[in-house]
Amino acid sequence: MTIENIQNAIIDEFSMFEDWEERYQYMIDLGKTLPLIEEQYKTDDNIIKGCQSKVWVHANMSNDKVEFTADSDAIITKGIIAILIRAFSNQHPKDIIVANTDFIDKIGLKEHLSPTRANGLVSMIKQLKMYAIAYQTQLN
Amino acid sequence: MSTIEKHIKFDVEAIRKEFPILNRQVNGKPLIYFDNAATSQTPQQVIDVIVDYYSNYNANIHRGVHTLSQEATDAYEQARIKIQKHFNAKHTHEIIYTSGTTHGINLVASGFSSLLQKGDEVIVSGLEHHSNIVPWQMLCERTGVTLKVIPMNQNGELVLDDYDSLLNKKTKLVFVNHISNALGTINPIEYIIKKAHSVGAAVLVDGAQSCPHIKPDVQALDVDFYVCSAHKICGPTGVGMLYGKQEWLKKLPPYQGGGEMIAEVSFEKTTYADLPHKFEAGTPNVSGGIAFGAALDYMNSIGFDTIANYENELLVYATKQLENIEGLKIYGTAKEKTSVISFNVGNIHPYDIGTILDKMGIAVRTGHHCAQPIMDFYQIPGTIRASFMFYNTKAEIDTFITALKKAVMMLS
Repeated sequence: MTIENIQNAIIDEFSMFEDWEERYQYMIDLGKTLPLIEEQYKTDDNIIKGCQSKVWVHANMSNDKVEFTADSDAIITKGIIAILIRAFSNQHPKDIIVANTDFIDKIGLKEHLSPTRANGLVSMIKQLKMYAIAYQTQLN
Repeated sequence: MSTIEKHIKFDVEAIRKEFPILNRQVNGKPLIYFDNAATSQTPQQVIDVIVDYYSNYNANIHRGVHTLSQEATDAYEQARIKIQKHFNAKHTHEIIYTSGTTHGINLVASGFSSLLQKGDEVIVSGLEHHSNIVPWQMLCERTGVTLKVIPMNQNGELVLDDYDSLLNKKTKLVFVNHISNALGTINPIEYIIKKAHSVGAAVLVDGAQSCPHIKPDVQALDVDFYVCSAHKICGPTGVGMLYGKQEWLKKLPPYQGGGEMIAEVSFEKTTYADLPHKFEAGTPNVSGGIAFGAALDYMNSIGFDTIANYENELLVYATKQLENIEGLKIYGTAKEKTSVISFNVGNIHPYDIGTILDKMGIAVRTGHHCAQPIMDFYQIPGTIRASFMFYNTKAEIDTFITALKKAVMMLS
């Protein structure tokens, strides 16, 4: 599936939720259940410090596709990471570079990607793109 | 009639009507504002003063011969007198307008750079906000002065025996907050000041968190410097005051150069203006200064004893209810504290609880509250902090408790 297809699927899923409680419960459940990163990659090098919550990101490439794993110490942040990883992981770097995150607005979670939120997510997305750019350079 | 009802004789509902922002909704719910330790809300009386200034007499002050400038200057200087009287400073020129507490601390720290030398020592409390730590660390880097720390105990109180043993003839300065922003602890500043003076050290008290709740008397305290921000006391942001004893303010060199702070300027030599203008370079926050005075008038019209009593009732009421929530731990259980409650529930991250509470219209602060050393002491990433002002109610606390239980349920 392309990034756009995955994002549309996520928008569809979220459209079934009737209110904020269902949306947040879903994200919290995602945050609780998914093992997002191996402990060995939760290093200081991989950490993105937000003022409020911490985020760890790890990337590697296989078969010309970038795989991301990530984690956070806050569960709602982790839930959003799960959604972002689902959209961006296992994709070709050139597609990751040009992809946008508008779908987060459409599923009613816009405030979490505000640069002033200080939860590390905005920096995390930048980091995902930086990894993609670096891997794209290797492919060129 | 319960004690809380007796204190409501000042009529909290009538007071709430004076704060337009308390009528708004957040995420479809009536706003419950429990982030007062970060900034307080502004009553209509103070908003009106700002609107009146910009509508009728906005002008640059002190140098103008025209009517508007004279009116603005008069109002600004009248406000300075109000501040002087409120804090019971001996002289009006001991009140320096600043942009806020942080500015006041930096002004003093910068000034002391020229008064201290290598080998001298300064003492900070372990309960400080970063703004009362970092300027002094910068001072120490510039001068080679040593920074010592008064430790705290598990209740969030300073260990005074340790303070006593840190003091010696090399101690030149002690800086401590009157009330901790992260925990609400009221520090025994009378004792701290007296002891510091016994070795000849000066004391700066950060009053950012105390001024909304109590009325400090700087002469009775015999404090050398006292700083605060208007926005914590129902005034606007971007303005505050530094009180300094005249003899200290005369010793300190100017902080910033510019207009207003000079007596005469030539390329050969500039002489500085007298106090307070020596420390007030540039066009100040004129409307802010005037509104600061209006905010103090407003608070005094209610009365600080009434405010403190009512807020203490809210503190006791909320603390009792919070303690009933399973897994909830309150940080900062000092005997003397103000209406600030810092807590965590189980292993739930404060950010998560704060986010869910916001969805229900409740504003609390989450994180390290710019006091990382305190969080390190408790070995936690941060806390949820609910802080109350006199316009908050018991009913709001009830709603907050219900919402908190719901958040915990969702996140557990």
